[in-house]
Amino acid sequence: MTTAAAPLLQMLLAQTRSELLMRWRVPAFSVTNLVLPIVFFTFFGLPVAHVVRGDGVSIGAYLLASFGAYAVGNVMVYGFGIGVANERGMKIDRLMRASPLPPLVFMLAKVLTALVFSLVALVLLIGYGIVVGGIHQTPAVWATIVLRLLAGSLPFIALGFAIGYWSGPNAAPALANLIYLPLSFASGLFVPLNQLPAFIQTLAPFLPSYHYAQLAWSALGAGRESLWASLLWLGGYTALFLTLAVRSYRREERAKFA
Amino acid sequence: MTPVVELRGARKRFGEVEALKGVDLTIGSGELVALLGPNGAGKTTSIALMLGLRQPTAGHARLFGLDPNDRRARSRCGVMLQESGTTGVLTVTEIVNLFRAYYPSPLPTARAIALAGLEPKARARIGTLSGGERQRLYFALAVCGDPEALFLDEPTVGMDVEARRGVLASIRALSDAGKTIVLTTHYLEEADQLAHRIIVVDHGVVIADATPREIKARIPSKRVNFSSETAVGAASFSGLPVQNLEIVDHRVRLLSNEPEAVLRGLFERGVAVRDLEVTGADLEEAFLIMTRRP
Repeated sequence: MTTAAAPLLQMLLAQTRSELLMRWRVPAFSVTNLVLPIVFFTFFGLPVAHVVRGDGVSIGAYLLASFGAYAVGNVMVYGFGIGVANERGMKIDRLMRASPLPPLVFMLAKVLTALVFSLVALVLLIGYGIVVGGIHQTPAVWATIVLRLLAGSLPFIALGFAIGYWSGPNAAPALANLIYLPLSFASGLFVPLNQLPAFIQTLAPFLPSYHYAQLAWSALGAGRESLWASLLWLGGYTALFLTLAVRSYRREERAKFA
Repeated sequence: MTPVVELRGARKRFGEVEALKGVDLTIGSGELVALLGPNGAGKTTSIALMLGLRQPTAGHARLFGLDPNDRRARSRCGVMLQESGTTGVLTVTEIVNLFRAYYPSPLPTARAIALAGLEPKARARIGTLSGGERQRLYFALAVCGDPEALFLDEPTVGMDVEARRGVLASIRALSDAGKTIVLTTHYLEEADQLAHRIIVVDHGVVIADATPREIKARIPSKRVNFSSETAVGAASFSGLPVQNLEIVDHRVRLLSNEPEAVLRGLFERGVAVRDLEVTGADLEEAFLIMTRRP
């Protein structure tokens, strides 16, 4: 006997490669995640792309950052939420559970897959804004936006897991939509906050997407709070969603594998 | 030598139902064992305990002497489960490759696919496979890591005759190559063809653990059918070696290991026998007697 078990890195790479293929081949996932933010930006952003805001940032650049935040959260909440719920419905978890693949590697592969899809979604969206919308920022600004949005996506990964383990395959898409669309709208991701009703402007600073988008807006010089304040809020929401996710996961473990 | 599987006083309760009521069994390296019993007997629960998919309510389970959830133990096992699914959008080759990555020294992909007889479907998406083909895919996933032990829960369910024959031949070849194989079935015939040892499980307990020959000796091998000219009742058969006695009007059907003794007894009691038929009993029907629900 040479080795007792396969190297974890080898497992993680193979699992991530398969997850990427699986997601890519399901149009309901790949089209929704990669194309929808571009479609939204075309409707909401392009017509007013070159109007300049009071802080000197063009609405085009501001909304590219907004829809970038929307796109990454979308991948996390839908990719995880609906994906995990579907796999539970198909009892994929049982076969995986009996294999030598550790559950943590299984989940980590999902996280990596979501990050890769998020990166592709951001590159497509920003590329579209630059080429079609003629929106200009330095490459350093775009890179900062992309890196911050990827690094700050943790609360949405946790929210996706929570939805995926809490609801069944039929309820998950509805639940994800019910949570994520109003959340994005009320955080000013579709329409800038100052154009929204007063009660939404009051509500927004309590929402995770609002603080998440600040990471991107502040890279443009259009932020409304310090980076630390945003990170603190996002950390709090991560803890909350992670608690919900772990509770749902444990409940499932007790029912299926106790 | 450490046994591959060890269950000691294993009990499993699901709410009100006690699926296993204290099972003791040890399976050594290189054995080919069939867990046999009707649906709901506790076969699948036994396998789930062996693999750590379920935790025993009492007693303990060991896999290669380790906790069944230990990755070192899992890495030595290939598994085929009844209640499991997989994605439809990968191809057969892609998913076999994925599962190979879970094991330290897997078989070549083409070899695993060939063992399952799936060569013509190697490039097909899983979603396009028939039920039987899908079952063969799960077999390929179980063997692709070249594990020392295989756990196959109802491996041939849903397969057509040809596919079934192919998979049974692969199981035999793997056993000949020294693999430990634990499979469940509710067909005595399948267990008889394959296994060196049959463990009969019913109502959550082991009711027999012996070679196929010994098991078959315990069940009635002949079916006796006849009509009687005179009225017969169950009393006419008291003390005779009969099982599964059915009397409808003047027609009598029964199972027995000693049909001659039964007929002699009936003549002595003055029962007039007509249209006598003695045939080999249907193995499955006879086996059910062993596991008759009260």
